Amino acid sequence: MKSLEDLKALREKLQSDMKVRREAGTKIIIGMGTCGIAAGAREVMAAILDELSLQNLKDVQVQQTGCIGMCEKEVLVDVVKPGEPRITYGKVTPKDVKKIIVDHVMHGKIVEELVVGKIEQ
Amino acid sequence: MNDIALHILDIIQNSLAAGASVITLYINEDLLGFLVFSVEDNGKGMSEEMVQQVCDPFVTTRTTRKVGMGLPLLSMTTSQSGGTLSIKSKLGQGTTVRATFCNANVDRPPLGDVVKTIIILLVGNPQVRLIVHYGVGTYSFTYDTQEIQQVLGLKEVDYSVPELTAWVREYLTQEITKVREEGEKK
Repeated sequence: MKSLEDLKALREKLQSDMKVRREAGTKIIIGMGTCGIAAGAREVMAAILDELSLQNLKDVQVQQTGCIGMCEKEVLVDVVKPGEPRITYGKVTPKDVKKIIVDHVMHGKIVEELVVGKIEQ
Repeated sequence: MNDIALHILDIIQNSLAAGASVITLYINEDLLGFLVFSVEDNGKGMSEEMVQQVCDPFVTTRTTRKVGMGLPLLSMTTSQSGGTLSIKSKLGQGTTVRATFCNANVDRPPLGDVVKTIIILLVGNPQVRLIVHYGVGTYSFTYDTQEIQQVLGLKEVDYSVPELTAWVREYLTQEITKVREEGEKK
């Protein structure tokens, strides 16, 4: 049984984990317009959360955005690392998530075959 | 959209785009034979003219392209499953979208993973107060992000922290199961 009491016990740990994330350098942004959702954005975002948890990555922020006009390339996932170009991945499925997080977010190696856009910061 | 939980996620994106700071999601799995959900927000609202046109896919507030499919798709799904869609809105005050689906209708899509929808909303929008009323018949429970903020002593709660995501997932699943058991006893 889970209760609000469990949360009280976790309070200090959660507060410090949230502080680390607020100051995080890396952002992952998922397209959550109708086009994104219909293409599977919810499952992709859930897979991203699972993978971040699995890899114990604490300094990554996960955000969502609306339709940006590239509906045919949904699900779109952007990875923004400080001082690097913003990389947009297209047609992302839950099975691509591990590669994006391990190769790009953790080791700085862009997953070229999924890239649909690059914006210099 | 394969399930109702995805429609819910999509409709709430409209509230977020309208700048809502408080969103109330009401779900009842069995209200006199209908599955009902409504999304009430305090966003910027729509004019009466816009409300009339909003189920037309060629009417949208979007600037990136000229079609909007969210409400037209929901309108189609509700009418195919013997239900209704109503939209009430006032400029500057907010919008309420209410959808019903007949449970006995074979074309009613499955409800889908509501817990996953709620978690995605919580993670993506820490600045918004989300209140969820989940019921089956007359049994219900409420999840209010403001209550969680108070328990944690934080103004903004980051739901992407794995321990918290896990707690929310288990807590919501447990409470929904309880409500379903109570609702089915009757």
